[in-house]
Amino acid sequence: MKVKDIVDLLGLKVFSGTEGLNREVEGGYTSDLLSDVMGHSEAGQIWVTLQTHKNVMAIASLKELAAIVLVKGFEPEPDCLAQSNIEGIPMLGTEDESFEITGKIYNLLHP
Amino acid sequence: MHFEYIIDGGNFAKAGTASSLFKKVLKQLNVDPKLIKRTVVALYEAEVNIVAHAYNGVIRIDIDTERIYINLTDKGPGIPDIELAMQKGYSTATPEVREMGFGAGMGLSNIKANADKLKIQSEVGKGTTVEIEILLKG
Repeated sequence: MKVKDIVDLLGLKVFSGTEGLNREVEGGYTSDLLSDVMGHSEAGQIWVTLQTHKNVMAIASLKELAAIVLVKGFEPEPDCLAQSNIEGIPMLGTEDESFEITGKIYNLLHP
Repeated sequence: MHFEYIIDGGNFAKAGTASSLFKKVLKQLNVDPKLIKRTVVALYEAEVNIVAHAYNGVIRIDIDTERIYINLTDKGPGIPDIELAMQKGYSTATPEVREMGFGAGMGLSNIKANADKLKIQSEVGKGTTVEIEILLKG
């Protein structure tokens, strides 16, 4: 399943990084602790978090994550948005809380 | 080959830049992707530690056919009790740093889990040197 499929099926907002909407999603990781994501996420995962600053993009790039989903209506900070466009890693958004959106993504990836 | 990166303490906007640059080098050198992943996790955590705790620092990396040797030397407050600092969950990060999702006390254990060798030397009031080695041949 591609990032854009998840965007369409769950009605996610696309803030930036549209170049990466064709990235393949291999799984997901939900956490707000950056070292947790650094240590335990895998390449190709979609990352659910409430962290909106630029460092999430550094981690997403280093770990080669597919996309980031910001929960509860949070929006990426301007320098995070800019970095997302440079990296081609989409920043997405939802009004859902982490638990809800994680469950929805999980169901899409494990039908 | 030798590489050097200067790190500013407190500059979170640039945290991870050195790791990102060096990752590109490793890809160009066709290093095994598994080893790149391990190196990047260890290097990023150590880089962020300088940003979060020190005044400034230098990352020096030597790579040959046998190993990647990373030396991170900072000027900073130092670590009074390294054994304690190594414990998962222990952190001296400020509340501001924790709010960003850093400072969960997982950085050093992430480094340890991904390095073949890890050596930390520190002098309180002066600074810390972290040495990380990743072996390129099994």
